[in-house]
Amino acid sequence: MQAAYSYPKFPYQPSVEQRTGARPRHPVVVIGAGPVGLTAAIDLAQKGVPVVVIDAEDTVSVGSRAVCYAKRALEVWDRLGAGQRMIDKGVVWKIGKVFNGDGLVYQFDLLPEPDHKIPAFINLQQYYLEDYLVAEAQKQDLIDLRWLSRVLSVKQEADHAVLQVETPDGVYALEADWVIACDGAKSSVRKMLGLEFQGEVFKDRFLIADVIMKADFPAERWFWFDPPFHRKQSALLHMQPDNVWRIDFQLGWDADPEEEKKPERVIPRLKAMLGDDTPFELEWVSVYTFQCRRLDSFRAGRVFFAGDSAHQVSPFGARGANSGVPDADNLAWKLKLVIDGLAPESLLDSYSDERVAAAKENILNSTRSTDFITPKSAMSRMFRDAALELAEEFPFARSLVNSGRLSTPTTYLDSPLNTPDRDVFGGTMVPGAPATDAPVERDGQAGWLMDALDGRFVVLYAAGTDPVPAAVAAALDDLARGPLPLVWRAVTDRRSGQPNELVDSAGRMRERYDLTPGSVYLIRPDQHIAARWRAFDAAALSAALNRAVGR
Amino acid sequence: MASLVTDTRFAAPDDVYQALIDSHRDLTPDQSAMLNAKLILLLANHIGDAEVVAQALAIARKGVV
Repeated sequence: MQAAYSYPKFPYQPSVEQRTGARPRHPVVVIGAGPVGLTAAIDLAQKGVPVVVIDAEDTVSVGSRAVCYAKRALEVWDRLGAGQRMIDKGVVWKIGKVFNGDGLVYQFDLLPEPDHKIPAFINLQQYYLEDYLVAEAQKQDLIDLRWLSRVLSVKQEADHAVLQVETPDGVYALEADWVIACDGAKSSVRKMLGLEFQGEVFKDRFLIADVIMKADFPAERWFWFDPPFHRKQSALLHMQPDNVWRIDFQLGWDADPEEEKKPERVIPRLKAMLGDDTPFELEWVSVYTFQCRRLDSFRAGRVFFAGDSAHQVSPFGARGANSGVPDADNLAWKLKLVIDGLAPESLLDSYSDERVAAAKENILNSTRSTDFITPKSAMSRMFRDAALELAEEFPFARSLVNSGRLSTPTTYLDSPLNTPDRDVFGGTMVPGAPATDAPVERDGQAGWLMDALDGRFVVLYAAGTDPVPAAVAAALDDLARGPLPLVWRAVTDRRSGQPNELVDSAGRMRERYDLTPGSVYLIRPDQHIAARWRAFDAAALSAALNRAVGR
Repeated sequence: MASLVTDTRFAAPDDVYQALIDSHRDLTPDQSAMLNAKLILLLANHIGDAEVVAQALAIARKGVV
């Protein structure tokens, strides 16, 4: 097989524990240097928390694996300073097409509205993504990356945890106040703690092949039901950088995974799809089955689970890595506040509450997609085929065709951290929702709202065309000087020169946040809405802030 | 909240019943099942109310298992 990428080898170095025999208590240890673990570590380090990251291997993801990264995950990485490199290298896309047999059934646009900094989706091999995150982590003095370091056991104490870590130089004990287990779907930490990981296994097998070729397919997601080149099964095509194409073939439950991985089996399938005249090379092949399952709680004492170790979904919808990254995003600021003594430890339970709700939503969506693609009964298949047939002619049936409902961020509707609305607002920016982007002008420069939501609490005050009233400004200045990391911004209709100003240059903030003069939004460090009002009320704001930190 | 209408609504019930039966004439069981599936999707969308569809499903399932 040909390689489009050469894998780095990160150096193993003996840890401070091994070199000196000391046993320092680390505030946070992250297990697993994949996309989720690295995101958590970078976020914590940028907030001033020292983090040890251990990983059993010494390189990045083998194979392209996750491939599709959604807007919300990219927004998190952009906040951490790593997003633009991914977007620049990745294939940006937003159009999906669904075919049945030879014919196009329908197409969808994942970001139909303009004026967002971050695209709907990029495709990027996971090895590039991890490579970039490792580079970002290496810039952080507060991150201690330890390769070839495998966790052998986890012992929970009342106020810390002790890990036994195996390295090329032997085993050592690693102590941490908090542990974040990002060690994947087969999480050994989950097994060590004896936690149930329950759900559903789907009786189907899929072949995924990364193919290097020059082809003139567009940068779109193409999904086929019953294509002429692979009858009675489905197929999926995605463009990746470097002329690499991801092709999935549904094989059915009876397929032999070892046989199907062999090039002599894979190549004829690809030739049937691509034609005899298209030269291609195989880069990576894998055969997999799907599972949808999760932990009951993502916190076990001093140990948190994030990403695939906490929840696993079928891949249709790209809800795996894309829901793991928001786990890290959700946990990092809460852990920081608790470590600093600014929030009660109970705030950490809201990590599990909110992200379990997200996992339920993701599992529901990916289970439904899988039930459509892999019907479990003859009648389920009949309804599927009926919907596909009707969809050629009738728009209503297109809405039933489910080739994957692509990852969107979860609104934490029932979160205890939300302050319920007492005023009436239109639109989607309800408490618990992830903030939506809008173009704003800042210090005379064109920019984006998301860039102003920088990992601290942010209060937005909609000033309209007037200056911010002195009493409001004084109260917000007081809050910003308080112990919680918080900034406030005046949202103005046009440049007025007042400090902290975000000019709503395109009117999108007014539109997307349903702003009227005097409206106030409180936004969390992870860019989710905590509370909003039609008029400034210092006491209500202060209460909402307390509530958002679990006080 | 809308609820499923179970009173007689057709002016000529026999005509509708015959139309249902006729539409399955000369079809294999598989073809009939496909016709029914399409019909259900069309009618469910026409009803356009998930609650009403759920009530109909519950009644339809009663006595089957």
